[in-house]
Amino acid sequence: MKILVPVKRVVDYNVKVRVKADNSGVDIANVKMSMNPFDEIAVEEAVRLKEAGVATEVIAVSCGVAQCQETLRTAMAIGADRGILVQTDEELQPLAVAKLLKTLVEKEGPQLVILGKQAIDDDANQTGQMLAALLNLPQATFASKVAIADGKATVTREIDGGLETLSMSLPAIVTTDLRLNEPRYATLPNIMKAKKKPLETVTPADLGVDVAPRLKTLKVEEPPKRSAGVKVADVAELVAKLKNEAKVI
Amino acid sequence: MSILVIAEHDNASIKAGTLNTLAAAQAIGGDIDLLVVGSGCGAAAEAGAKIAGVSKVRVADAAHYADGGAENVAALVVANAGGYTHILAAASTFGKNVMPRVAAQLDVAQISEIVTVVSADTFRRPIYAGNAIATVQSADPVKVITVRTTGFDPVAETGGSGSVEALDAGADTGLTKLVNRELTKSERPELGAAGIIVSGGRGLGNGENYHSLLEPLADKLNAALGASRAAVDAGYVPNDYQVGQTGKIVAPQLYVAIGISGAIQHLAGMKDSKVIVAINKDEEAPIFQVADYGLVADLFDAVPALTAALG
Ligand SMILES: Cc1cc2nc3c(=O)[nH]c(=O)nc-3n(C[C@H](O)[C@H](O)[C@H](O)COP(=O)(O)OP(=O)(O)OC[C@H]3O[C@@H](n4cnc5c(N)ncnc54)[C@H](O)[C@@H]3O)c2cc1C
Ligand SMILES: Nc1ncnc2c1ncn2[C@@H]1O[C@H](COP(=O)(O)O)[C@@H](O)[C@H]1O
Repeated sequence: MKILVPVKRVVDYNVKVRVKADNSGVDIANVKMSMNPFDEIAVEEAVRLKEAGVATEVIAVSCGVAQCQETLRTAMAIGADRGILVQTDEELQPLAVAKLLKTLVEKEGPQLVILGKQAIDDDANQTGQMLAALLNLPQATFASKVAIADGKATVTREIDGGLETLSMSLPAIVTTDLRLNEPRYATLPNIMKAKKKPLETVTPADLGVDVAPRLKTLKVEEPPKRSAGVKVADVAELVAKLKNEAKVI
Repeated sequence: MSILVIAEHDNASIKAGTLNTLAAAQAIGGDIDLLVVGSGCGAAAEAGAKIAGVSKVRVADAAHYADGGAENVAALVVANAGGYTHILAAASTFGKNVMPRVAAQLDVAQISEIVTVVSADTFRRPIYAGNAIATVQSADPVKVITVRTTGFDPVAETGGSGSVEALDAGADTGLTKLVNRELTKSERPELGAAGIIVSGGRGLGNGENYHSLLEPLADKLNAALGASRAAVDAGYVPNDYQVGQTGKIVAPQLYVAIGISGAIQHLAGMKDSKVIVAINKDEEAPIFQVADYGLVADLFDAVPALTAALG
């Protein structure tokens, strides 16, 4: 079976972004870009399923600007077999990405699509659920364990009160949580090999998808600043401050 | 304006996050209906009708809603979405699971985790782990929204006198089956609703230290327990203790961060707390940049001393 893994190019998680002075957005010129951390986990999971003989092919997909090729190469260095770039300079919102992915699922026929639960730039947490809805497929979001057997997926999910396990038939949509696995580091030989793997480029128009944004960003602002308070000398001073100054205990 | 709020409940009562979500609905303004979907959830529906500001509770009660699975719940919401201008749920794992499915079926965007209602079509929401706040406007005919509960003070649980109307259940989609659910049992206040949170990080060293040091302190303060991702990953505590960008977002009166460095992903989940205390032996730790009261100390000395001082 094939597994499709959508991977998003985002500002690296170590970068503290700055809001532009004109409040039009955040400044991402010259900042380090990486694969969304949840998507690395998704690629790792797919590659492990291939190594375990459950999957036969892992296809990475990225939607966005030409530089998303780098993200796809990273996925291939972890072990994805090939990449598809849906190239556009337009802003892509989750519903548009889900529609693009739907056409690719229909074309490639994967039994499993593994996405990240959330992109760390828009913090939307939508695309996987939307893709599942558009395809009318079962979904297992926030996965911390995935087992595939007999045409079924058994997925443990992280929920507010603890954990739950769902069973569903394939094809299915899974989104990853942090504790699903620890992605490997790509080795130099694998990075070199990834450069030779097939990478196909299509456009939203080729796929017949209207990607026009539905939400308009009117402005982007700094959050209210929290200023550092005081250092207390010892526990006694801390308790006194909490009682008499902050009045929270 | 006509608003549908999806309730979260345990069949007997309505969860706290729904009260914050109703507050967001009130900020939008208009008639507010509450949808209660479950199996044997009549008592929750009755409780919902008493909440201030709810005009009508709509109840769908059927066996296949028992698990709150996204596929069945979303299908029901979509089937009953007619006439509503806004559909809201809390940005809990339940709301996050169901609402994008609703939005896609209605072919509209979802507006995730709003913290402010600017107007009926314009909302503010954090992006980049809360390092920026975007103001977004939706042109869609129906606004499908999840609400960050810390952004809105809850409405009163009582004082309302809404009507209760039964809805026809939809067909069972049969797409997923719940095999097992393991909920963390705790006598403590719920993390999302607690007034005081004692939170521990990797500095505690192991799960035994976490429990033996933080539980007595939390007991004294009647606090909920939280954790950094590092503490959860290392297995000190279950996953649902995690506070942060990808865990729970909390804003208690008092947040005590113990042995937590203050990575941006952690700050994203707690920096709106009213008072922050940090105990860390590294005076350069970034947590001190947001802490109202910082104590540079070895936690193995400071925490027992603090617990004792609270007498
Ligand atoms: C995509 C992504 C999402 C993430 N989401 C989250 C999230 O939701 N929540 C989250 O918390 N993290 C999240 N993280 C992880 C985050 O980046 C940090 O790695 C994590 O918060 C660190 O946890 P920590 O502060 O407990 O550990 P550390 O950074 O290791 O800090 C431990 C601290 O303990 C102090 N210490 C050690 N010993 C003592 C002692 N004896 N006395 C006093 N102090 C001591 C040290 O000085 C240090 O400051 C995420 C990361 C990624 C990539
Ligand atoms: N532009 C994109 N290209 C490829 N995958 C994406 C893109 N946007 C979102 N995704 C996938 O959808 C997941 C959730 O993203 P979001 O809904 O934006 O939080 C990500 O972790 C990716 O797996």
